[in-house]
Amino acid sequence: MTVSIPAVHFSRVSRSFGDVRAVDDVSLDILDGEFFTLLGPSGSGKTTCLRLIAGFDHPTSGRIELHGVEVSGLPPYERDVNTVFQDYALFPHMSVAQNVAYGLMIKRVPPHERAARVAEMLSLVQLPGLGDRRPAQLSGGQRQRVALARALVNHPRVLLLDEPLGALDLKLRQQMQLELKAIQQQVGITFVYVTHDQEEALTMSDRLGVFNAGRLEQVGAPAAVYEHPATDFVAGFVGVSNLVSGATAAAITGSPETFTIRPEKILIGDAGTTVYDGMCAADGRIQDVVYLGAHTRYRVALAQGGELTVTQQNVEATSLDVQAARDRPVRLLWQRAHNRPVTTRP
Amino acid sequence: MISAAPAPPVTRRISTYLYRRPALALALLLAPPLIWLGVVYLGSLFSLLVQSFFSLDGFTGQVVRRFTLSTYRDLFTPANVDIILRTSGMAAAVTVAAAGAAFPIAYYMARYASPRKKALLYLAVLLPLWSSYLVRVYSWKLILAKEGILNWFVTHLRLDSAVQWALAIPGIGGPSLSVSLLGMFIVFVYVWLPYMILPIEAALERVPESLIEASGDLGARPVETFRRVVLPLALPGVVAGSIFTFSLTLGDFIVPYVLGNSALFIGQAVLAHQGTAGNIPLAAAFTVVPMVIMGGYLLAAKRAGAFDAL
Repeated sequence: MTVSIPAVHFSRVSRSFGDVRAVDDVSLDILDGEFFTLLGPSGSGKTTCLRLIAGFDHPTSGRIELHGVEVSGLPPYERDVNTVFQDYALFPHMSVAQNVAYGLMIKRVPPHERAARVAEMLSLVQLPGLGDRRPAQLSGGQRQRVALARALVNHPRVLLLDEPLGALDLKLRQQMQLELKAIQQQVGITFVYVTHDQEEALTMSDRLGVFNAGRLEQVGAPAAVYEHPATDFVAGFVGVSNLVSGATAAAITGSPETFTIRPEKILIGDAGTTVYDGMCAADGRIQDVVYLGAHTRYRVALAQGGELTVTQQNVEATSLDVQAARDRPVRLLWQRAHNRPVTTRP
Repeated sequence: MISAAPAPPVTRRISTYLYRRPALALALLLAPPLIWLGVVYLGSLFSLLVQSFFSLDGFTGQVVRRFTLSTYRDLFTPANVDIILRTSGMAAAVTVAAAGAAFPIAYYMARYASPRKKALLYLAVLLPLWSSYLVRVYSWKLILAKEGILNWFVTHLRLDSAVQWALAIPGIGGPSLSVSLLGMFIVFVYVWLPYMILPIEAALERVPESLIEASGDLGARPVETFRRVVLPLALPGVVAGSIFTFSLTLGDFIVPYVLGNSALFIGQAVLAHQGTAGNIPLAAAFTVVPMVIMGGYLLAAKRAGAFDAL
């Protein structure tokens, strides 16, 4: 464990709205200077957690600390955090420069210093010279950058980002993911990032926390969460996974304990292929083929019941080749070491 | 062989015909209101403007249909200027007071009230408009009378000396609230308040919650957030409401008639000139005054950036 004081500390935090527990007994440490992602489906409590850190909302029970100082009762304007909103929340009656300067103006930073810092920030987010425009005159991607500049210019100790790339198209989103990560490394501020996009979370985060139904299911580095999902929910939400249990599991491994296996770890062999030591095997028939360009997804119905999803790189195969595989009897093979036992929640 | 489909019914053929010609459909929809607006509304406004450039022959009492500025010369005699200034001053005071009273109500309706409470508040704001304006003004005459309920209440609070002091102020005072500019002011604010509440409420409702959160997030206390974010964004609503209260006060003649004294307001002057005196040109010139004032006000509001957030 690290000895430094965490940037954000949640101790048994809950937030209820009537009967609904939006955040349910969450304990969490976000380290100083890391890029931490709160990942989960909509309604899982990740955005509520972010609002609790920002101070827009307050916990029903539990304790929140920022850099070791309890903030549970503090309003947003007394917290050293800034937020990039999902809808950007740019002030429509102000120019881009006035938007970015807003926090500095409130803090009574002298005008010449204000102007210099705004210009510096606009060039950091690659919008130099757009200071006189109105937010309505900008594209979605540009507004997103203004929102980022408006938050970063205050040099907060923690920057909160609420699905900031959600409204952008795929190409722009991927470009912004890399840029955000680069900016985070450049300024060295703790980023707390909310998203429902597992690919985005894996791309950008130093660590991530997976939320489900208000509870924190697992915290860890992207590779650790992907390779060693702690629960069946995490296995299914972070990437695609096959969940094998009961009789099917017993037929494959000899034990009925539930395990997951990633589709890309499975190889498709001809029926009757030799099974070596340390391998798992399952016989079945290809039920369905989805050609996805770079790879192909197969759905294989198993002889012992159940089915497995398998993905294969299209190294040599063409679209016609993979379509011809439908209905072919196959033997699926994979390293036993890739099986991940998981706990299932009712 | 494919048999010919039966001819579609007439209504469907009309629909298809119009669907393919959106310009024609639009023209058919807009023609009736545009004719109304253009001929009846703008036409009468134009004829009013024309009338104000005619003059009244002092001997015959006939309108001389020849272009002259003499009517406008008559308009700016000291007595008439007095009327214009009094009416404008009243309209400005009523507008400021109505905006001050309406804003908290509108803010509560837009930001805090539950949907049920909001519906009830809408009803409460609109309910007075369902009853006759004349009846409401006369009931205020009774409320404000020396023996009325307001005076009774004020006396029991031992504040009657304050009311007496206010009524003693020359110009706005009078023998009682029911015969004074002060009483007139109270009634004007009451009757025009809904016209101020509704546009401000609509403007505030359009301010996203996240803008208020963003301002707080960037370090602004609620008072600063109100001054720098909420108020500028609600300003178009305030201006819209003030157009109503200002122009309605400028043109009204019933409230001054019921609660006023011998000092005339523009509405009364128009009524007197076009009715009793038969001086249509001067009456027309009087009604041009509110239009000029409103035009100037809108221009100033635009200069001040009141519509930048639209």
